[in-house]
Amino acid sequence: MSVESNEAEIASSKLKLANKKLGLKMLWFVAGAIAFSIALVPFYNLMCSITGLNGKTDNSASSIAKAKVDNTRLVTVEFVGSVMSGLGWNFYPKQSSITLHPGQIATVLFEAKNITSQELAGQAVPSVTPGEGAVNLKKIECFCFQKQTLKGGEVKEMPLRFFIDPALPPEVKVMTLSYSFFPAVEEKK
Amino acid sequence: MSTTTITHDEEHHDHPTGIMRWLTTTNHKDIGTMYLTFSLIMFLVGGAMVLGIRAELFQPGLQLMKPEFYNQLIGVHALIMIFSALMPAATGFANWMIPLQIGAPDMALPRLNNWGFWLLPPSAILLTLPFTLALFGIGDGAIATGWTFYPPLSVQGGIGVDFAIFAVHLLGISSVMGSINIIVTLFNMRAPGMTLMKMPMFAWGWLITAFLLVATIPVLAGAVTMLLTDRHFGTHFFSAAGGGDPIMFQHLFWFFGHPEVYILLLPVWGFIPQILQTFSRKPMYGYKAQVYSLWAIGALSVVVWAHHFFTAGMPVPALLYFMYSTMAISLPLAVLFFCWIKTMWRGSMTFETPMLFAVGWIILFGIGGLTGLVLADVAADAQYHNSYFVVAHFHYTLFAGGIMGIMAGVYYWLPKMTGHMYNEKLGKVHFWLTAIAFNMTFIPQFFLGLAGMPRRIPDYAIQFTEFNEISTIAAFALGFSQLLFVYNIVMCVKGGKKATDKVWEGAVGLEWTLSSPPPYHSFTEQPTVN
Ligand code: HEM
Ligand SMILES: [Cu+2]
Repeated sequence: MSVESNEAEIASSKLKLANKKLGLKMLWFVAGAIAFSIALVPFYNLMCSITGLNGKTDNSASSIAKAKVDNTRLVTVEFVGSVMSGLGWNFYPKQSSITLHPGQIATVLFEAKNITSQELAGQAVPSVTPGEGAVNLKKIECFCFQKQTLKGGEVKEMPLRFFIDPALPPEVKVMTLSYSFFPAVEEKK
Repeated sequence: MSTTTITHDEEHHDHPTGIMRWLTTTNHKDIGTMYLTFSLIMFLVGGAMVLGIRAELFQPGLQLMKPEFYNQLIGVHALIMIFSALMPAATGFANWMIPLQIGAPDMALPRLNNWGFWLLPPSAILLTLPFTLALFGIGDGAIATGWTFYPPLSVQGGIGVDFAIFAVHLLGISSVMGSINIIVTLFNMRAPGMTLMKMPMFAWGWLITAFLLVATIPVLAGAVTMLLTDRHFGTHFFSAAGGGDPIMFQHLFWFFGHPEVYILLLPVWGFIPQILQTFSRKPMYGYKAQVYSLWAIGALSVVVWAHHFFTAGMPVPALLYFMYSTMAISLPLAVLFFCWIKTMWRGSMTFETPMLFAVGWIILFGIGGLTGLVLADVAADAQYHNSYFVVAHFHYTLFAGGIMGIMAGVYYWLPKMTGHMYNEKLGKVHFWLTAIAFNMTFIPQFFLGLAGMPRRIPDYAIQFTEFNEISTIAAFALGFSQLLFVYNIVMCVKGGKKATDKVWEGAVGLEWTLSSPPPYHSFTEQPTVN
């Protein structure tokens, strides 16, 4: 073997080693990305509680308020309704907002219409902004507690009965309650 | 020009023949060919599925299939087109062309490369098997959530969801392997003298893509794994009843999903300028500006994800942030468009098939980008979200911007890969049929969306009938035109006029210095770049 090709062989095995090293380094990068993706869950919850992104309400029935009505201030609650893809419904609040005293019980109606000809089930997912008020929105009765099923073409009025807990921080004067209806699996009969 | 000698890899010396050659190959061209072939087959499979969808939408009401089956077709069509057609096509080109373009003898990690490919066929089987199982009464078919896996449907759905989750795991591992290989190749294997800022644009596009993949695929894998544990192991990441949050899934999914759309396109943004430069016979305009724009888009793409669910309930500051950051992406994108057009400006242009596709691509992808800007507007999106407008938007970006871009690349490099010229006349006919049928399919969908037709629903109100009929007829024309493409490729592989080494008069780059087809071991004499 000539000297030249010997040198080339050494160069090529050096390169192979370097490739392996860099490849392994990249695996660390991947491991970091996996760790990051797991950390995103607590991070998301943290972000939600700090910024009030996607304020979560207590999604179970509260008992009727024993709390006294706080007549000294008024809070406006705005309503939004949307439908996720795959669910052939129209869905909207029948009144866009309501102004009430904390502690006062109110009922608002949402209307859903199945615009297809088949029976479809949906599940409403709430979100409240600003997030710091979310826990103070107490629902007594809500269509979001269970799946809702509409026959083809059916129109249904869906009531929401709620009150604002007087413990609501005083700086919150306007709240928005948004419901997104997601497609859900129908109960097998 | 000096040369450095590189010895052959030992393992390459005796290559097996027949099926064993393909199962065990570590040759970058063989692997590239397998990726491209796989991609073409899956493109036809995904296309056949969508013709079923369009046939159902020809008339209002339900004629051909049950809504459940319709939803399964939609979801599997999208997963196949994204993960089994578009991504493998880009990876196939990477395998074929990156070593040739940077003057390397092969990819850096050949064995990893082989594994990366062979994960794909099982994943394709996992995606499509539930259809067959359902015929035998096992399970109730494939995943029916669309490609986005949104809970609660994906938590409640049948075994099709599990199959899709495992398919995504395999696809994810495969793309991460492919990406690592590309990164290592680009960092370690460039010919002497080729600095990073002298790399061909295609290599740049892929380098950024590879980093995006390595960073975001684990997030997707993590999110679908959480779905899996929610489904079978009693966790409550995403179920509101157990204290979880379905909206969190959307955040995780789109943290991957938005970068994914750039993952699909960055490789195309790499080679389109090379095609434009070849057929304009003048140097690429604004090389540096393009590289920086690619980086800017790659970086911005990971901070805009929530524009996919503006309507899910978000505080106003968050809405504004995601709106403006999304719109900001169009600035570097505009720089790219400017450079592409300026590259052609006053060039002595000819319009062979690759150039036709490249120029058509600029226009059609431009429409995709502009309609994306419309959707990025929070107030407008409240109306357009979940409507056919979104469907039309992302087909202008993914079919025109992705698939038609890939086709430009196929025609551009096919003579180099096979050593034969394809049939030019047939190529041009294919372009015009594709471009016309594509527009006829998707322009009506913009109007349907504006008029309020929701997406992912098999049935619709009768006032939408005419536009749906036009769209369906054109979709069939679009589908069948692709048979010309397949025919042209097959004939070109089999024979045809011999291609010269340079193939195109204006071609620049190291790949054109090799013979057509290139020898089994490319660049045994490593070139030096000045
Ligand atoms: C300036 C460029 C772009 C902007 C501003 C933009 C903006 C948007 C927005 C706001 C949406 C959400 C619409 C909705 O669901 O209501 C969307 C959807 C989508 N975009 Fe884009 N986009 C751009 C470019 C692209 C590109 C380049 C691609 C692909 C390569 C792409 C692929 C998609 C896809 C696949 C969806 C729908 C996802 C789904 O719901 O399944 N977009 N785009
Ligand atoms: Cu996006």
